[in-house]
Amino acid sequence: MSSEDGFHQKFKISGGDFSKAGMVSTKVKEILQEIGISPTIVRRAAIATYEAEMNVVMYADIGELTLNITPDIVHFRLEDEGQGIENIEKAMQEGFSTATEEMREMGFGAGMGLPNIKRNADEFKIVSHPGKGTTLDIIFHLNQTI
Amino acid sequence: MQLREVQKLLKADVIYGEDRLDIEIEFAGGSDLMSDVLAFGKPGILLLTGLSNAQSVRTADIIEARAIVYVRGKKPTEDGIELAKKRGIPVLSTSYMMYMACGILYSHGLPGVSNFQNTDGL
Repeated sequence: MSSEDGFHQKFKISGGDFSKAGMVSTKVKEILQEIGISPTIVRRAAIATYEAEMNVVMYADIGELTLNITPDIVHFRLEDEGQGIENIEKAMQEGFSTATEEMREMGFGAGMGLPNIKRNADEFKIVSHPGKGTTLDIIFHLNQTI
Repeated sequence: MQLREVQKLLKADVIYGEDRLDIEIEFAGGSDLMSDVLAFGKPGILLLTGLSNAQSVRTADIIEARAIVYVRGKKPTEDGIELAKKRGIPVLSTSYMMYMACGILYSHGLPGVSNFQNTDGL
């Protein structure tokens, strides 16, 4: 779980399993709080991981969140296997969504997910291969004064 | 205002948190869209929503909402109530619809989340 260069943990996310959706983010939030990360970053990280987790649940077959914490950064990598994103530029626009009716009934699919992640993160990278899957890197800097 | 006053004004049932009605509510926001809530929510918000699945409670927890009011007589699902208990988030249910519930609270001096912290959002 831990090593000299920081804290690492992996979490599985099941695509399509709405009943468990959000549990990984809640767990991650608890870990960050226990470690003593500043409340502002904990909150921004919780929002970003929750949106990212919901994306995996809604659109992918399976995914994994890797949490890496060093003295300088909190780094989340979300890798999923699934349909991927055809047009990342469009997906990053607020309001653009390919969500189904079921997703909208869950209160999601408003086309705010990726923009919300980007807005909360200090660094955000997204790489997607249509038909294969998507990888997100979400990074928070710890040595900031807020 | 205290959560107790919110409850009285909205004639709301207390689903969870009877012993926590003295907590102070400073501002509120209403939406059924959880992504919007994640975008505009601020710590301490009173969340009014018509979305009654467990995701509404989880979203409230993520944004650090102080309490949740379900409108149109909705009540959260069992797993939602369990999560609210676990995370210590009081849950009320009012028969007023969203527009009325927000209007009543606003007209009694409870500001919206955007007025309160002068940020964008609803």
